[in-house]
Amino acid sequence: MKILVCISKAPDTTTKISFTDGDTKFDESGVKYIVNPYDEWYALVRGLELKEAQGGSVTTVTVGTAEDEATIRKALAIGADDATRIDVKPEDASQVAAEIAHFAKEGGYDLVLLGKETIDYNGSQVGGMLAEHLDMPFISLAESLTIEGTTATLDKEIIGGVQTVEAELPLVVSCAKGMAEQRIPNMRGIMAARKKPLNVVPSSNAAKNTSFEKYALPAPKSAVKLIDPDNMDELVALLHNEAKVI
Amino acid sequence: MSVLVYINSNGEKIAKNAFEAVTYAKKLGEVTAVTNGKADDSMLAQLGKYGADKVLVDRSFEGIDEQQITKMVATAAEKVGANTIVFSNDLIGKAVAPRLSVKMNAGLVAGASGVPKEDGTVPVNVFSGKAFGFVKVNTDKKIIALLPNSIQVEETGGEASVEEFAGNAGDSRVKVKDTKLPEGDIPLPEAELVVSGGRGLKGPENWDLILDLAKELGAATACSRPVADSDWRPHHEHVGQTGVAIAPNLYIAAGISGAIQHLAGVNRSKVIVVINTDNEAPFFKAADYGVVGDAFEVLPKLTEAVKKFKASN
Repeated sequence: MKILVCISKAPDTTTKISFTDGDTKFDESGVKYIVNPYDEWYALVRGLELKEAQGGSVTTVTVGTAEDEATIRKALAIGADDATRIDVKPEDASQVAAEIAHFAKEGGYDLVLLGKETIDYNGSQVGGMLAEHLDMPFISLAESLTIEGTTATLDKEIIGGVQTVEAELPLVVSCAKGMAEQRIPNMRGIMAARKKPLNVVPSSNAAKNTSFEKYALPAPKSAVKLIDPDNMDELVALLHNEAKVI
Repeated sequence: MSVLVYINSNGEKIAKNAFEAVTYAKKLGEVTAVTNGKADDSMLAQLGKYGADKVLVDRSFEGIDEQQITKMVATAAEKVGANTIVFSNDLIGKAVAPRLSVKMNAGLVAGASGVPKEDGTVPVNVFSGKAFGFVKVNTDKKIIALLPNSIQVEETGGEASVEEFAGNAGDSRVKVKDTKLPEGDIPLPEAELVVSGGRGLKGPENWDLILDLAKELGAATACSRPVADSDWRPHHEHVGQTGVAIAPNLYIAAGISGAIQHLAGVNRSKVIVVINTDNEAPFFKAADYGVVGDAFEVLPKLTEAVKKFKASN
């Protein structure tokens, strides 16, 4: 089974968010990038588990510049066989999806896995777009995935519950919590990753259908109003009269 | 301008976030809604109250298969000549809108948090609620997926005509084997009020404190990551960076310290109440109202106070 895992970098959760150039660009100075947790913990690790159980290969693909190679090496250290970097700065989901689709069409992958969203733009867009480009079904927010022969069985989150679905490969699957457990790369993996192929391919110059024109930070929160623990009537009154939420 | 809005009518009733999407679409132009399945005409006609003139319904298939819905919405968009399509950015919108954006070559604004500005850009939440971005769509056609609970539903008072149409949705390539909908639960992502518990509650046997308050308020229940990881509560209740991100009107957190990963999932809540014994807990910095006290004592008192308030209102 040939498995493709889409890997994106994202700023570490604890990053202080600020903007430059008249609030038109995310200020990357001093930002520590990690592998987007949903891509790493759930999509990549489940891909590796399937490969370990059933044979095959796990390739990662990343749309990004040379600066992304540290996060790509981490994915290799966790266990991917090889990696491809499409050499262009990712600026828009439609661009990223089209670039990956252009690459994946040639590969004959049985399964394309990715995290349910990135933790920076939280768009949850690339999976569905990719599935349409590749004319594959898209199973979103999958919490489990097993494969027998060419049939995949998945549990996916739906509004208010969980649905068990079945579909024939090839498929695009967006992975959410429950799919797998985080793996910490060991020293052997880190050493091996240095020798694994990291192929750089040129961009197909996909169009960007949207652009971020400006950013803003939310107004600073006013100080917390402390309520006496013995006076919950006051809290309820405030929630009703002042906050108007009940 | 003709605006199309997709509505899920497969449930027993149409959810509030669908009415939000119609309200939003009404602010952009003349609204046609599109849906599928067996819902009564009378149920669909109520979309008129929020500004839809017409509801197109494809009766030939049921369910929420993303490829079928994509094809149906594209057919409807062509039929009514809509260049703007609105979804609620719920779990269906998140699966369908990206697909449709490729099919129609329409730029997608995912997770819009308000109406377009004068310059046409649409506000969205980014960096897990830590900032806003303003998105410009570079294509003629556009799709806006509206974050649930980000605008007020507005009733304009009309009634929509319901018209059957053929959405050319094709066959589903995904077989549904089983659907589990826990009864009585309020779905967390769309909930307006949420009561959440953390490690401070010490064990699953104490969860009645959370459940009682939630029941009294009509709120959904949630939990922090350690609670879900210890199997005190089901995973789908875990809110935070790696769980569900929510934006309710009111989030009450008891016994949760407020690690940055937890805040990333809840900081879009309109009002946050934090109950914690530790007055140094970081969550108090993100809270609107705080109670420094033991959740085991505070929660029953709060439940009692809510009960009293409900009885007198």
